[in-house]
Amino acid sequence: MNNIKNQFRKILFLLLPIVGMMTPGVLFAEYADVVMNKRSDKMGLRPVIFPHWFHRIRFRCKVCHSELGFEMRVGSNDVTMAEIANGKFCGMCHNGEVAWSIEHCDLCHSGKPGLKSGIDWGWDKSLTPDSW
Amino acid sequence: MRIKFSCLLLLLFALDVSINVQAAEKKEAPKFYFSNDKRKWNSLQRDEIHDPTCEAINVLQQPYEALSELPYDYTGNNVQWVKALREGFIEPRTNIWPETKIKVLDMDVIMDNTSTLPMVRFPHKEHTEWLDCENCHNHLFIAKVDANPITMYAVLKGEYCGRCHGAVAFPLRECGRCHSVLRATFKGKVGAQPVISGNPEFIAKPRP
Ligand code: HEC
Ligand code: HEC
Ligand code: HEC
Ligand code: HEC
Ligand code: HEC
Ligand code: HEC
Repeated sequence: MNNIKNQFRKILFLLLPIVGMMTPGVLFAEYADVVMNKRSDKMGLRPVIFPHWFHRIRFRCKVCHSELGFEMRVGSNDVTMAEIANGKFCGMCHNGEVAWSIEHCDLCHSGKPGLKSGIDWGWDKSLTPDSW
Repeated sequence: MRIKFSCLLLLLFALDVSINVQAAEKKEAPKFYFSNDKRKWNSLQRDEIHDPTCEAINVLQQPYEALSELPYDYTGNNVQWVKALREGFIEPRTNIWPETKIKVLDMDVIMDNTSTLPMVRFPHKEHTEWLDCENCHNHLFIAKVDANPITMYAVLKGEYCGRCHGAVAFPLRECGRCHSVLRATFKGKVGAQPVISGNPEFIAKPRP
C-alpha cells in the first residue's frame, strides 16, 4: 500500500512539470488591444474591446485616425452609441456597408465588466517612467 | 522506474519540439509551450480582457488565426507589419471616401541628439504608407528638422515617437530599430536626407 502511495507521489512529482509545460506562458491581451469603457459599464454593458491587429490588416491607420478623426489617445474620443448609429466613429464602417452593423452588440461589447479604459494590457510597461 | 520516467519526459520534450517545428512550418500557434518558442498569440478566452461568458467570443477571430499567416516578428503583435505591407501579405485600405488624398513621402530624417547611442533614423516612407501627414504634423512634430525637443524621457512617457511606439507600433524596448545609424560609418549630413521619390507635394491617386 505504502509502496503504491510512494509511486503515486513520484508520478505526481514527475507529471507536474509536464502539466506546467503545457500551459501557455502568455496571460495578457494581444498587443494594442484597446479597452473603451467611459460609459459602457455605467450603462450595464460590457466594455468595448477594439482590436488594432484585426483592423490594421484591413485599414491603414490614416483611415481611422485621419479620415474618420479618431484621436490617437485612449479616452479622448467621446464615443456614444447615438453617434455611432449616426455614422460617426465605429459607425463609419459598422453600418452594414463596410462592415457588419451595430445590431451585433456583443461583438464590440465583449470585455470583462469593470475594466478600465486603456491600451496597456498588451505591452510591458516596465520601461515607462511611471514605473521607475 | 526513474529511468522510465526520464525517458517519458525526454520523449515528451522531443514531441513538443517537433510539434512546435511543424506548427511553425504551417504557421500555426504552438500547441505546447515547453520549448522556448516565442510564437505566442494568446486566445481571446484567456486574454484577461475578453469576458469568457460573452457568447460573441466564439465568433470573433483568434489573433493567431490571422497573425500567424504574416511575416513573424518576436515582439509586439509578433508580426513585421512593414514587411507584411510591402510584400503584399496584407492590403489595408488607404481610404473610405473616394476624394481623400493619399500622401506618401520618401524622406529619411537622421537625428543625432542621442548621446553615445547610434543616431536615430526616422523613415517617412514606412510611416506615410500607414499614416497621414496630419497624424504627426504639426501636433506631434513640427515639420522642420531640429524644431522638436525630442528626448528619450518624453518618448518613454508616450510623447513624440512614443505616442505610437509602445502602444500600437513596435515596442520601445527595441532600441536598435530607431537607434540604427552608427556615427562611425555614417558619411552624409544629419537631418533631412535627400528625397528619394515623392516630395511634400507628392500626392498619389486614391484607391477606389
Ligand atoms: C479601424 C480603426 C483604427 C485603425 C485602422 C487604427 N486605429 Fe488606432 N485607434 C483606434 C481607436 C478606436 C482607438 C481608441 C480611441 C479611444 O479610446 O478613444 C485607437 C487608439 C490609438 C492610439 C492611442 C493609444 C494610447 O496609448 O492612448 C494610438 C497611438 C493608435 N491608435 C495608433 C494607431 C496606429 C499606429 C495605427 C496603424 C497601424 C492605428 N492606430 C490604426 C482606431 C483605429
Ligand atoms: C461597432 C462596435 C459597437 C457595436 C456593434 C455596439 N456598440 Fe455600443 N459602444 C461602442 C463604443 C466604442 C462605445 C463607447 C464605449 C465607452 O467608452 O464606454 C459604446 C457605448 C455604448 C453605450 C454607452 C454609451 C451610450 O451611448 O449610452 C451603450 C449603452 C451601448 N454602447 C449600447 C450598445 C447596444 C445596445 C448595442 C447593440 C444594439 C451596441 N452598443 C453595439 C461600440 C459598439
Ligand atoms: C475603417 C472601418 C472600421 C472602423 C472605423 C471600425 N471598424 Fe471594426 N471592423 C471593420 C471591418 C471591415 C471588420 C470586419 C468585418 C467582417 O469581417 O465582415 C471589422 C470587425 C470588427 C470586429 C470583429 C473582429 C473579429 O474578430 O471578427 C470588432 C470587435 C470591431 N470591428 C470593433 C470595432 C470598434 C469597437 C470600432 C470603433 C471603436 C470599430 N470596429 C471601428 C471596419 C471598421
Ligand atoms: C521609436 C524610436 C525609438 C526607440 C525605440 C528608442 N529611442 Fe532613444 N531616442 C529616440 C529619439 C527620436 C531620440 C532623440 C534624438 C534627437 O532628438 O536627435 C532618442 C534619444 C535617445 C537618447 C539621448 C538622450 C535623451 O534622453 O534624449 C538616449 C540615451 C536614448 N534615446 C536611449 C534609448 C534606449 C536605451 C532605447 C531602448 C530602450 C531607446 N532609446 C529606444 C527614438 C527612439
Ligand atoms: C510618424 C510621424 C510623421 C508622419 C506621418 C510624417 N512626418 Fe514629416 N516629420 C516627422 C519627423 C519626426 C520629422 C523630423 C522632425 C525633427 O527633426 O525634429 C519630420 C520632418 C518633416 C519635414 C521637415 C524636413 C526638413 O527638411 O526640415 C517635412 C517637410 C515633412 N516632415 C513633411 C511630411 C509630409 C509631407 C508628410 C506626409 C506625406 C509627413 N511629413 C508625414 C514625422 C512624420
Ligand atoms: C503616428 C504613429 C507613429 C509615430 C509618432 C512614430 N511612428 Fe514609427 N512607426 C509607426 C508604424 C505604424 C510603423 C510600422 C511598423 C509597426 O507597426 O511596428 C512604424 C515603424 C517604424 C520604424 C521601422 C521602419 C521599417 O523600415 O521597418 C522605425 C525605424 C520607426 N517607426 C521609427 C520612428 C521614430 C524614430 C519615430 C519618432 C521620431 C517614430 N517612428 C514615430 C508609427 C509611428
